[in-house]
Amino acid sequence: MSRSFETGAAPHFPSHSTVSRVMLQVIYALVPAITAHVWFFGPGLLVQIILAGGLAVGFEAVMLKIRRKPLWLFLGDFSAVVTAILFALCIPPLAPWWIALTGMFFAIVVAKHLYGGLGHNLFNPAMVGYVVVLISFPQAMTAWLPPLTIAPSGLSLLDVLMTVLSGQPPPGLTWDVITEATPLDVIRTSVASGKMISEARQLPVFGDFGGLGWEWIANWYALGGLWLLWRRIITWHIPAAMIGSVVFLGLASYLVDPGSNPSPLQHVFSGALIIGAFFIATDPVSGCASNRGRLLFGAGVGVITLVIRRWGGYPDGVAFAVLLMNMAAPLIDRYTRPRIFGQ
Amino acid sequence: MMHIDPREQARRAGEQLHHFHGGLRLRHNKKISCEIPVEKVPLATRYYVPLLQQAGQEAEPTVIEGQKVLKGDLLGYCRQTGGDSVHAPTSGTVTAISNHPNSHPSGRDGRCIVIRPDGLDQWMTLDPIENWERADAILLRQKIRSSGIVGLGGAVFPTAVKVDEASSKEIHTLILNGSECEPYISCDEMLMREQPDSIILGARILQRAVGATRTVIAIEDQMGAVNTALTGAVKRSGTHDIDVVKVTTIYPEGGEKQLVKVLTGLEVPSGCRPTDLGLLCQNVATATAVARAVTEGKPLIERIVTVTGSGVRKPRNLLAQIGTPVSNLVDQCGGFSPDAARLILGGPMMGYALASDANPVIKAANCILALTAEDVRPEQPEMPCIRCGECSRVCPSMLMPQELNWSIRNGLWDETSDLGLSDCIECGCCDFVCPSHIPLTEWFRFGKSETRLRDNEKRQAEAARQRFEAREARLAVLKQERKRRISEKKRAMTGKDDKQKEIADAIERVRSRQDGDS
Repeated sequence: MSRSFETGAAPHFPSHSTVSRVMLQVIYALVPAITAHVWFFGPGLLVQIILAGGLAVGFEAVMLKIRRKPLWLFLGDFSAVVTAILFALCIPPLAPWWIALTGMFFAIVVAKHLYGGLGHNLFNPAMVGYVVVLISFPQAMTAWLPPLTIAPSGLSLLDVLMTVLSGQPPPGLTWDVITEATPLDVIRTSVASGKMISEARQLPVFGDFGGLGWEWIANWYALGGLWLLWRRIITWHIPAAMIGSVVFLGLASYLVDPGSNPSPLQHVFSGALIIGAFFIATDPVSGCASNRGRLLFGAGVGVITLVIRRWGGYPDGVAFAVLLMNMAAPLIDRYTRPRIFGQ
Repeated sequence: MMHIDPREQARRAGEQLHHFHGGLRLRHNKKISCEIPVEKVPLATRYYVPLLQQAGQEAEPTVIEGQKVLKGDLLGYCRQTGGDSVHAPTSGTVTAISNHPNSHPSGRDGRCIVIRPDGLDQWMTLDPIENWERADAILLRQKIRSSGIVGLGGAVFPTAVKVDEASSKEIHTLILNGSECEPYISCDEMLMREQPDSIILGARILQRAVGATRTVIAIEDQMGAVNTALTGAVKRSGTHDIDVVKVTTIYPEGGEKQLVKVLTGLEVPSGCRPTDLGLLCQNVATATAVARAVTEGKPLIERIVTVTGSGVRKPRNLLAQIGTPVSNLVDQCGGFSPDAARLILGGPMMGYALASDANPVIKAANCILALTAEDVRPEQPEMPCIRCGECSRVCPSMLMPQELNWSIRNGLWDETSDLGLSDCIECGCCDFVCPSHIPLTEWFRFGKSETRLRDNEKRQAEAARQRFEAREARLAVLKQERKRRISEKKRAMTGKDDKQKEIADAIERVRSRQDGDS
């Protein structure tokens, strides 16, 4: 007799790409930089990642439940974890626990789920969370540590945990002793006080190009980013346009006035520029879809970052630049559609 | 850059190879079915010849139940240009004309002509064209039409329609497509290996039928033995205007427009056909069918079918009559493996699933693919689009599938057509790479049929409006005409009185004026 079969739509070939695989590869690509961060600044980052990660998954689960979405399917896509790690990488390692709580609330609940969940958010969730805490808690957001190699006192894991959970510096120490301004902060204040950048650069927080330690972390971000490029998780357009525009404009302003403008390499290797170029601005959901659009998007982020660093009220501007360009992305997409075959 | 006329550039097809955008390098899986020579499928106990062989019109039966037919006799004829005629696969009796699984993509049963073979396999009186080298091109094209030949690459577009259209467009080059890019399928490869002379003969006939001066046969770079076989056949034929070109195996380079891009560097303009560039594309198997029809007088009643996949015990290629149940072919290949989970007509990317092996071989059946569960894409829950853009990267038509998906789902039909839905070739590349497992191809098929329906409705509404306005206008003219006639009649009847009254009135006026003066 004839044999019956289940039917299904073409293509029938199994493919192996999944959202969770994409997200996991982003996480893998961040591992070298996370390691370098811990190497230079101690275990604070790990505490923040675990804290933010736990909160992110918690908020995600609650929102999925409220929105009556399949819980395990969406928790298993790891997108909330990626958001949490990117957020943790942006905040000071000793930031108190409510920084992560506030940040993750705004990232996952407001920026992601209130906009419709995975794939529908207009803004990059990690950056929304970061900008909210940056504006709301400026004091706590300056608790950056100096690299261990030049730190006056190293903190143990227990010290770090206590600091994060209590919001107070370890007993016997003050914030002034354990924290230090970031290299971009130093440049900002020294330029404001009329000092030459070359003078400021003599300070121990600076390394060969950017900040001591920071420049190495940037290298590892770049390495992870190149791996993502190779794995075709991201395309070269956004990183190239973003770094390219920063180098181009930075070089121009440096050549015009080297006294008050840092060198383009200093720009590239400090702050969140490299992580921004490879991991944040490349977020596909809130970015541009076409290659030409991505070039514009990346260049826009680069230019706005430089403008904020030079004239804005904050030492770094990557987060603001990304959010501003997120707003422009739909418009850019509309006008940068690729030519269709044969048209 | 120097501007070159596209038609001139198209003349140099195959001299230099080009790339097309996107595409996928897939596992070929072809070797497993190429190891043994093609074998004929023995006579079946019943043949089921579907009257509907493709998306177009169903053929009308030209036989009745109980009628005896000879092999090659006409069974069904289609008046519409979109359809094609079907012929008897063997000699025997028509036992029924009834609904039966008919290997149609819709999955519904359709009318089939059921034949019980008499075992003699006796041909009808054959009517080949003697001396085709000197025969009129129109005669050749008529033979192609009456032999029920369709494109055997899978799209089954009637060859006669294509060739007729081509003959009005000054074709200079015939492209024979031997690059079957879909995984698993190897029927064209085996055909080119085993019957190269027939392909060359078909190429020369097709050249003559459309007035082309040269042929390019495109084969894949991974088909080793094919090149030698074909070039040998070209030598034997003594012609110098046939070139064999190897193209890189990237799915879907066998698509007509993709192949033209690879061979010429030209993009066939949207809404146009390769014939507009002076190129006629035909599948290699179609060429052999043409050769057989013209030189032997035999209509298209058989084709080579690849029976393969992890769900078949001994994959191979078979020469099968149209109408043979799929189960007969699979039996000849050792049967299904116990864990065969899906039966597909065509390849794994564009083929469609059959609900049972009772479906018959049709003209489009280049491959019968049976896959076990682990080789079939599992049912995966659909996730939201994360706009990763992989789909755009692999789209050979350079579309943005993620945007199309959005506009189709939201019923934004103008947007959908702006985004170029009609240029989608349904190759399935976007679907294959999508990490969110969105059934993009299915949505695009839905979008296309919806667009077609809406266009039809619009056209009907427009026609209705025109009819209405025309009727209104006609009625208005009639009404006016009637009015005019009535008043004319009235005037004619009351003409005398009117004039007398006018005179009386005038007199009256003059009189009253005089009275007033005095």
